[in-house]
Amino acid sequence: MALLTCKDLCPGYDGREILHALNFSVEQGDYVCIVGENGSGKSTLMKTLLGLIPAVSGEIIYDEGLQKGQIGYLPQQTDVQKDFPASVKEIVLSGFCAGLKLRPFYSRSQKQIAQENIEKMGLTKLKKRCYRELSGGQQQRVLLARALCAAQKVLLLDEPVSGLDPAAAENMYELVGKLNKDDGMTIIMITHDLHSAIGQADKVLHIGEKVFFGSRGQYLEMLDAKGFSKSGGAENG
Amino acid sequence: MADAFDKLYTYITQFPFVRYALIVGVLIALCSSLLGVTLVLKRFSFIGDGLSHVAFGAMAIAAVLKLTNSMPLILCITVISAILLLRTGKNAKIKGDATVAVISVSALAIGYLLMNIFSSSTNLSGDVCTTLFGSTSILTLTTAEVWLCIALSAIVLAVFVLFYNKVFCVTFDEDFARATGVKASAYNLILAVVIAVIIVLAMNLVGSLLISALVIFPALSAMRVFKSFKSVTVCSGILSVVCTLLGICISIVYGTPVGSTIVAVDLVAFGIFMVIGNFSGRVKA
Ligand SMILES: Nc1ncnc2c1ncn2[C@@H]1O[C@H](COP(=O)(O)OP(=O)(O)OP(=O)(O)O)[C@@H](O)[C@H]1O
Ligand SMILES: [Mg+2]
Repeated sequence: MALLTCKDLCPGYDGREILHALNFSVEQGDYVCIVGENGSGKSTLMKTLLGLIPAVSGEIIYDEGLQKGQIGYLPQQTDVQKDFPASVKEIVLSGFCAGLKLRPFYSRSQKQIAQENIEKMGLTKLKKRCYRELSGGQQQRVLLARALCAAQKVLLLDEPVSGLDPAAAENMYELVGKLNKDDGMTIIMITHDLHSAIGQADKVLHIGEKVFFGSRGQYLEMLDAKGFSKSGGAENG
Repeated sequence: MADAFDKLYTYITQFPFVRYALIVGVLIALCSSLLGVTLVLKRFSFIGDGLSHVAFGAMAIAAVLKLTNSMPLILCITVISAILLLRTGKNAKIKGDATVAVISVSALAIGYLLMNIFSSSTNLSGDVCTTLFGSTSILTLTTAEVWLCIALSAIVLAVFVLFYNKVFCVTFDEDFARATGVKASAYNLILAVVIAVIIVLAMNLVGSLLISALVIFPALSAMRVFKSFKSVTVCSGILSVVCTLLGICISIVYGTPVGSTIVAVDLVAFGIFMVIGNFSGRVKA
């Protein structure tokens, strides 16, 4: 059975639908890219998948084996208050919060994994710093490290490379690709970066006036056929 | 100065009610400041303010009913209001503020009205002033009230320590918490109940008008200087306890009203921390 299946799903706000009747399913171990123009409703769809906002109509069927505590999420924006006192380490650790269940404190192995994720994201030197005093790209990496802590089976990323420098972005894609291939992590990623991201993806969900869902090969063919491959590099990805 | 210490020493050794006041003061200061950090960060401090007025209204009702032990009734009403306020705050974000304002003003007005109509006391404005500013009530605690305070504070502290990590997660980023499967609304509910308990407790110490100060000042002061959640929480707890002890002692020695004195000391501490914060910020930059 698929990890999650959407049947005639209409995400939207306050009963007003933004997207109409989406049908697609994500299998365990898939790497799905969601693409579309600004304002087409990608973030809205992701929030609906996560249960943060109710769907206007339609349903999402989750695999029974998928528990809530196995999902990692990188939001597009986090409106953290300007003077929120929180160190990088505290934030990354908070990714394990759902995994705590009834235990009050983080275990040693959780702290260990948090430390590894901090290193992976190149944040070792910033570990004790206050989140609000970091640059935008550094903050993004902190939230990524937190998402990695939370993700056991599925990782949902909303524009993970926005604000990252090219090296960090490349690094990021490599990391996500590795998680997908080596650990069998299911990846659902929103991106505008057709070149690098779609190069790795198994499936593409294009939303907008026309909705497309299919394998990467089919998507690239469609782009070629229509000749609206704006990002020039997509076909050789 | 030595005189003042002598006086304080005699008071503490001779009068049990002074010791009660110190014990209860320290506990309430600790509870309110620990939670204060979360309240300020979650923008819940306005709920604290509204609730303190509800507690005042509840106290008026208790006075009218001539209850000998008014605490349970006040506690009940305040906890229920806390839960309701949290609901409305979530359902309609924009109207949340207005709802709180309406409820708190109504509670204040009705409370005063009730006291005015039914009270047989000859010194009504004195009574009202006492409930609003808590001028002496902490010095008139009965042993039962002291024990209730100790028990409730212990529960509040235990809840806070046990849920510390979850409270941080939900406070920092509620969407992420919910997305990854943390039961954010359950923790918000726990927070609301705990806030209500603290407010009812703190009413004895500083009166219902000044509770917000007790909740907000230590957290704001600590946030000026410290940068991680843990250090801010610890600092605000210590700061609040120190300020409250100092405030109670000053008020005993010089006969000033307890609540206002504590808040004044908190205010001075806030000023000091602000200066330190500016200074250390400039050194780093
Ligand atoms: N809280 C909200 N209430 C009502 N409408 C909203 C809300 N948030 C977004 N929208 C609307 O929903 C539509 C889709 O927004 P969404 O954030 O999902 O776009 P997106 O595809 O993620 O865009 P981007 O590429 O800029 O991130 C937009 O037209 C936006 O105006
Ligand atoms: Mg978006």
